[in-house]
Amino acid sequence: MSAVEVMPAQLLAGLELALQARGLSLDYADRRALDSVHLQVPSRRVTALIGPSGCGKSSLLRCFNRLNDEIAGCRVGGEILLFGDDVYAGAIAPPELRRRVGMVFQKPNPFPQSIVDNVAFGLRLAGIRSRLELDDRVEAALRATGLWHEVRDRLAASALQLSAGQQQRLVIARALAVEPEVLLMDEPASMLDPISTLRFEELVVALRERYSVLLVTHNMQQAARVADYTAFLHAGRLLEFDTTDHIFTNPRLRETEDYITGRMRETPLR
Amino acid sequence: MDRLHLGQHISQQFNTELAALTKQVLAMGGLVEAQLATALEAHAARDLRQVAHVVARESEVNAAELEIDARCTQILARRQPAASDLRLVLAVVRMVTNLERIGDEAERIARIAEKLGNGEFAEHYGVKLAQMGSLVRDQLRGTLDAFARMDETSALDWLRRDREVDLLYKELTRLLVELMQRESERVPAALELLWCARALERIGDRCKNIGEQVIYLVRGKDVRHTGLSRSAAPLPDAKS
Repeated sequence: MSAVEVMPAQLLAGLELALQARGLSLDYADRRALDSVHLQVPSRRVTALIGPSGCGKSSLLRCFNRLNDEIAGCRVGGEILLFGDDVYAGAIAPPELRRRVGMVFQKPNPFPQSIVDNVAFGLRLAGIRSRLELDDRVEAALRATGLWHEVRDRLAASALQLSAGQQQRLVIARALAVEPEVLLMDEPASMLDPISTLRFEELVVALRERYSVLLVTHNMQQAARVADYTAFLHAGRLLEFDTTDHIFTNPRLRETEDYITGRMRETPLR
Repeated sequence: MDRLHLGQHISQQFNTELAALTKQVLAMGGLVEAQLATALEAHAARDLRQVAHVVARESEVNAAELEIDARCTQILARRQPAASDLRLVLAVVRMVTNLERIGDEAERIARIAEKLGNGEFAEHYGVKLAQMGSLVRDQLRGTLDAFARMDETSALDWLRRDREVDLLYKELTRLLVELMQRESERVPAALELLWCARALERIGDRCKNIGEQVIYLVRGKDVRHTGLSRSAAPLPDAKS
């Protein structure tokens, strides 16, 4: 299915594209996970990726920063562009790619270190040694995630002492510290309690001022609340892409409608 | 009936809730239809018992509005419906408001019958009014039927037929104004008839509003204030 069939013409006209998948396919050793996916992720917007379990959402997300490379027998076809540069053609070395395209996982994964060391981790890896610069950038990242006021008095404490919601925001601060352009998030709020989830969603909406966010979520209300655009993936194919408003009030396809309204159908998919 | 596949949710409970909601709207529609019919009969026969009947049942219409509204609130709060489910709830809230107003107009018509008492009128005023009443009754029934069958094409047909009601209203207004100019002692009674015609014309407009909600529900297009009823344009594409 081409990009034209999947989304209304002119939908993203005039917008800079942060990420593009063109005819992307992904095969694991024993099965095809993605089939000619055309997806455009606009810059400085939040795009949600929704679809049933096993539809390839996480696989697609992981293509964007080449996390699938580590999986034996995994083959990627088609193109992925990051602001126009072909990611798989070797235009960008994987470490550089992963700095520019940060990733936040479902389970908060702070390192067993102090709060400050967690956030400074990527900066030190990038060779920054100046204490002053490290402090500044750590503070800026913690402020951006709304965590600064909660942890400023215990920066040397272990990150593992933070609540799950705080840990997830810490992980985002760690990703933001190295100044990425894109943030990929894979079910980032599914382990959080409702209040932490709301706080987290506030953060995502604020992040779109400076970053492009691609968010995989099973929580459709969450997609409806935070995303500017929503993509519906089914059985490894991108079926529909539109503004979130449109997807949630009047989707074009019956498949999308069935999924977001919780309907079940026996008939086979296209 | 289930063009929107309302009965195919994984949650059986949700299926039941939506089915109950549509059923309740249709029941309220039936009640309002009956109110209008009785009010018009009361008019034709100047039957005070029928007037009392309409006035007594008006509270049932109001109660139905509140009950359906509460049900919609519950569904919104508990189910967070999306897409066609969301459109159904929104359309129902708007339709029910219009149905309740139609109930009010029916009551108004009945009360006018009471006021007019046995005053004599030249036959053709009564004929025109009855004609208008019958058109409006058809319009209400047809529009509710379009909702029951989720048939947006039929809803559009009925929407466009509101013109016929408007034309009759204009004609009757003209006749009554002439009457008032000719015979000043008839002014009070002629005014009552005019209110009655006005009420019927308003009911026609309310039916139009309901028809627009049927189109919104099925097609996902808000056609209010688009002049669709006055044009010959086809329905907007469902999914564009």
